[in-house]
This record gives sequence, C-alpha cells and structure tokens, in this order.
Amino acid sequence: MAWLPTSMPEAPARLDVRKTYKLFIGGAFPRSESGRSYPVQGAAGTLLAYAAQGSRKDARDAVVAARKAFAGWSGATAYNRGQILYRVAEMLEGRAAQFAAEVAAAEGGRGARARAEVAAAIDRWVWYAGWSDKVAQVAGAANPVAGPYFNFSVPEPTGVVAIIAPATSSLLGLVSVVAPAIVTGNTVVVIASENRPLPAISLAEVLATSDLPAGVVNVLTGRTAELAPILAGHMDVNAIDLTGAGADREALERLAASNVKRVMHGNEDWAANPGTKRLMSFLEIKTVWHPAGT
Amino acid sequence: MPKADRGTALAHQAEPGTPAERAEASWQYAPAPESRDVVSIKPEYGLFIAGEFRPAANGRTFGTINPATEEPLAQVAEAGQQDVDAAVAAAREAYEQVWRPMPGSERAKYLYRIARQLQERAREFAVLESLDNGKPIRETRDVDIPLTAAHFFYYAGWADKLEYAGFGPDPRPLGVAGQVIPWNFPLLMAAWKLAPALAAGNTCVLKPAETTPLTALLLAEVCQQAGLPPGVVNIITGAGDTGAALVSHPGVNKIAFTGSTEVGKEIARAVAGTGKKLTLELGGKAANIVFDDAPIEQAVEGIVNGIFFNQGHVCCAGSRLLVQESVADTVIERLHRRLTTLRLGDPLDKNTDIGAINSSQQLAKIGELARAGEAEGAHRWSPPCQLPDKGFWFPPTVFTGVSQSHRIAREEIFGPVLSVLTFRTPDEAVTKANNTPYGLSAGIWTDKGSRILWLTRQLRAGVVWANTYNRFDPASPFGGYQESGYGREGGRHGLAAYLDA
Repeated sequence: MAWLPTSMPEAPARLDVRKTYKLFIGGAFPRSESGRSYPVQGAAGTLLAYAAQGSRKDARDAVVAARKAFAGWSGATAYNRGQILYRVAEMLEGRAAQFAAEVAAAEGGRGARARAEVAAAIDRWVWYAGWSDKVAQVAGAANPVAGPYFNFSVPEPTGVVAIIAPATSSLLGLVSVVAPAIVTGNTVVVIASENRPLPAISLAEVLATSDLPAGVVNVLTGRTAELAPILAGHMDVNAIDLTGAGADREALERLAASNVKRVMHGNEDWAANPGTKRLMSFLEIKTVWHPAGT
Repeated sequence: MPKADRGTALAHQAEPGTPAERAEASWQYAPAPESRDVVSIKPEYGLFIAGEFRPAANGRTFGTINPATEEPLAQVAEAGQQDVDAAVAAAREAYEQVWRPMPGSERAKYLYRIARQLQERAREFAVLESLDNGKPIRETRDVDIPLTAAHFFYYAGWADKLEYAGFGPDPRPLGVAGQVIPWNFPLLMAAWKLAPALAAGNTCVLKPAETTPLTALLLAEVCQQAGLPPGVVNIITGAGDTGAALVSHPGVNKIAFTGSTEVGKEIARAVAGTGKKLTLELGGKAANIVFDDAPIEQAVEGIVNGIFFNQGHVCCAGSRLLVQESVADTVIERLHRRLTTLRLGDPLDKNTDIGAINSSQQLAKIGELARAGEAEGAHRWSPPCQLPDKGFWFPPTVFTGVSQSHRIAREEIFGPVLSVLTFRTPDEAVTKANNTPYGLSAGIWTDKGSRILWLTRQLRAGVVWANTYNRFDPASPFGGYQESGYGREGGRHGLAAYLDA
C-alpha cells in the first residue's frame, strides 16, 4: 500500500488529484453496479490504483450498449469510420507521455520501451484507419456466374464482438485487437487485461473524445474468469476473440457454440506487422443476385 | 403402382373462372417418365477407403429406399470407429505421400477429369439421385447434376492459382478434411465439399447422409475411373454415429458440415479446444419480401420457386413470405391459383414439380410443425391434391394469418410449407425479416432499384436474391450469418475454408 504514508510527512505544496478508474459502457464511465473494485499492482509490486471489478450485470449492460450502437456504426460510411479511427490516433499522440508512464507502471521495464509501445499503438490506429474504405475492395468480389445475373459479394461486419484482450500487452495488444474489429463496423465489448487494466481505461477516455459513437467500444475491467464466460455464452454476441483467455479457451469455445459464435484465436507478436487476419476475422460475406435484362 | 397413375395433377378442382382458365384447368398431361434403365443399382455397396470398396469392419449394413415408393434400393455398409480410423489413415497417407507434394497443375487435371465424367454420366447420376432422394428428375437433371460438374470445373482451375487467391504468397492446405453432408442435395453437397478441398491440396473423408448414400458412392466410382490416387477421397456411409466419430477423430485437421443448426452446435462443441478448423452451413428461415410495386406474376413464380423447389428441403428456402399489406390479397390469390397447377407425383416423371419427402422422419417433422401452425391459429391451405398411397408425401401448404411468434414463423420446417406475414413499411419489412436467429438468405421483389440496394444492406443474410430466388453458381459464395453458420462455399471465398488463411 505504497500510497499510504507510514509516518506523517510534510504536506506537499499541492496535493495531486488521483484518477478513479471506472468501466466504459455506452459512452459513460460508470462504476461497477456491483460496487466491487480490486487493487491493481504495478510491475514493481506497488499499488497503482483500484479498478472496477465488473459483474455479470455490467457485462450484459455492455452488450446492450454495443448492440444499440451497431446499426449506426455499421451504417456509417467507411470514410467516416476511417476519419474517427485516425482521430483516435491524434488524441493518443497528444497524450503519449501519459500512456508511456501508465504502460511503464503496468509492464515495468525502461521508459524507452513503453514509449516505443505507445508509438506502435498510435501507428496501429493509423494503419487500421486506412483500411476502412479498402477492405471491401480487397474482400469483396464481382462473381462471373453462368447466367444473366449481376452477382456481387461484399463484406459486412459480423455484429457485436466480445474480445478478451491480451493479458500482458496492456496498450499495444489492446489496440491491436480492438481496432481491426471496429474499423469494419463491428461494435465491441472488451475485457481488459485483468492485471494491467489501467491503460485500457485511459484509452477509453481517448475513445470518448474522438467522436467514436457511444457503445462502439465498451471496456470491462475485472476478473477475466468471471466475465469471459458471460460474454461467451451471451446470445446477443456474434463473435468472440479468445486471445487473452489462457487456459479457459476450450470451455469458452464450447459456450460460444450456443449461438454459433465466430471464434477467433490469436497469440501474435504485437510488434510485428499485423497483416489482415484480424481485419478479415469479423466479417460476413454477403452475396447479392440481381437479374440483368431489358 | 403404375407410373401413369402417379403424376397427379392438382388442377382438377380449380374454381370456375374465365373460359381460358377452365380450359387450362382441364388440361391433362400424359405420363413422361425418364427411363430408369440408365442406372444399375447394386444390391450392396461398400465403403470407399484407400481407393477400394470394402465392407464395414464389423460387417454392419443399413438399407436405403426410394422415398417415393418405399421400395428398397440397396444395402449400404455402416462405417464404425475402425472404418473411420482406416479412412482417416488412408487420407493422411495420401496427403503426405501424394496429394500435397503434387503440383497444383496436376491436381487440377484430376478435378477436370472428374468434372467431365460427371457431365458424361449426367443422366445416370440424375436418375439415381431422383430414386434415392425423391426429388423430381427435372431438378436433378437441370440443377443438381449440372451444378455438381460445374463446381468441380470451377475449383479445378484454382488448384494451380492459389498464390493469386489473396491468401498470401504461399497458402498451405490444412491436411485431412472430414466432411459431413445432408440429404437434400446429396451429390451437389459432395461437390461443394470435395472440389475446393481437393483443389487446395487437402485429402478428404466424406460422409453422405444415411438416407441418400448412392450418388456419393457412384462418385467414388468416378474418382476410381479418373485415376484419382487412392486415399485422396474416401467415402464412408453411415448415420449420426459415423459422423460423430469422424468429427471427433484426432487425425482430422478440418471439419466441414452442412446440416441442421442443432447438430452444427454439437459439432462446434465437439471441436472446441482441438484447433481443428471448422466451417458450418446450417439452417435458415428466409424472408421473401414482396413490395406493392413488384411484378406480381414474377414474384409469385419466385415465391413458388423459393419454397416449393426441392419440396422445401432447402436450407435457404423462402419459408417466410413477407408481403406488403396493400397487395397481400392479390398475391395470395394468385399464389393459390398457381399452386393448383403444380404437379405432385412420380419423381422420375419429367412433368413433376413436387417429388417425395425424403424420409418418414422428415415427413413426421413437417406434419408436426404444420399441426402446430393450425393449433396456434394460422389458416392452413393446400391445393386439391391426391397424394400417392405409398411413399412419403406432403402437399404444398400455405399458412396465412401467421404472426411472428408462431412456431411456423420461427422454426425451420424444411418442407413445402409457406408462412405468410404482412408488413406496411420497408422498415417493418426489415425488422420482421431480421427477427430470426438465422441469417442464410433473403429475397426481395420490387421494381425500385434504390430500394433493392437499401434493403440488401439492411438484411442480415449471407445471400440475397433480388427479383429472383434460389439461384446457385460455383463462382458465387454461399453461407450464412448468425446461427446459419460460418464460412462460405463457392467462389474465391470458398477456398479460405481449406487453406491456412
């Protein structure tokens, strides 16, 4: 309990104002409805803060918020979504120092490594921002069917995607799993790293000020083992990314079968070129037939 | 029963109308049976493993019948665990030794050979499919078999072009594919599974449905005659237990399944944690949406084709008709009139529109749901219709006054049963169409182009037919949203299911 003084020190000239880390649901920052919180320790074992310990009700509220946001976000133009993702990069750049400090506190190591991770996270938003209006041209098709029909295929977002964020990479890993899901029009409920959740909540502050519509990204903090099964078995979640699920993957995959969720497994090197795998994982191909004639 | 008696026209009791209509109603068709002589069905069929036909290790067999007459057609080997092991081992060996090392250009030529032989023996396949499945010869001859050959032809061309398919510079096959297919399009579904898998460099163990094994076994003969290396394609017949053994076999790298959503969920659970790649093509409850500006006669043809094609045994069948309130009476009246001209009967008669239900179990399921429709208060109508006294038959049936909560509006019936609902505004049509856990297909009938383009975006379905319905092509990706499954079959997208992409 590093912040509690052991002896009575001299009062500082100005007392700094600490942040309360809360959830991010539907564009708002509520505490957990359960009233629970849990201590978050830094890499050095010091207490960094208390994070909200999200509950079943919070997870369900987050899904409701994500579903509510889906029509608007998936219906927005690709250009508009790209603009907003780029705006996220801009906002993050302006707060790079803050994020570097939070990442260093969470993950340890020297400041240079944390700064490099923040820079990579910013660049990842830029990479995915540019994909918004290109993915349909890469993943879509005009199909030469044997008949008088105009036939084409277009990618569409899968819907509400639950994501279990990587356990170790608290910012770059998180951005690498969230950005490819939302750029194509999906909405997301993400469970932040259980032990390193603070950069996720700060990222939510960035998202909230980047014109990202409320509910497009919802961030839960808490016990992964408690929250993940709720999302994996939720009947209004269309897909689940088990990247940070660890040993629970098999059980979660079985729960995901309840409504034929698309299941993604990932365990990438977050510093490497992300490629298009994640971008393509939460897409549905829609094929449209129309007769051609006079 | 003589075939001549079995092509029963449904038109005898049409209501009085104009002289032209009365003349039409009295029109009689002479029987026009396709010759059965083109096929020779053996009394017994073995499993096709490592290029040879062999009996099941435990000697078990099961019968397959003609659902239109209940006449036994053949006894077929029932694969047990030992046979599944042998088939997977044969596929593995063929994968390691032959198929994976082979240049794509050579794999392509085998697939082209198979496609050509299917074309050469098309009539034989068509008659055999109609006998084993009960579907009209007009459909097997004009749809199932030509599309089967086309599918092999299409994917043959991909085998030596995979590096240009958009899945990276060096896409790799997955290994051994275990494939389980349904009884509604037995041979076509075999082609949908085998052709892309083989083109991508995988080897296959395919399990046809227990009620329709015969055309897959004839395809095995085609593979033999095409000189396909032993073990590249293995066909094991059996029921659910055989399929379950294949799905859970540790030597299989990829599972592809087409069938019910219920079984699809079981398979997803069985595959959980194994790392096997899975694609599912499951059930549907498609909305076929008719607007007041639609060309009504064309729409009626589309409605009929949407739900009565293949006796409604189609996962993408347009089983929910959503018709705009202002034209509902007209559409239903013309639909009734059109249905009285459909001919139900001998599947081998070239004039038959509606064949037999595939099995007594399926007939019972359709009957149960139809009774539920009546019990829940919907109005049931069928054209005057004499059903043959042997075999499994269900008349074309239309329910009106259906509400969204009715079972017949929510559950997949997989039979010739149409549920009619109405709407007032385009938004209401979208809401009702999307009010289902499924998402395989949808139809739109309107003359307004901008409305088509708007609606196709709103509908959560993998295939949307605008002013047409139930069209299929090997170049056209097919597959569902939500509980209708994941992955696509057909087109460039269909390759992804069989590559490490």
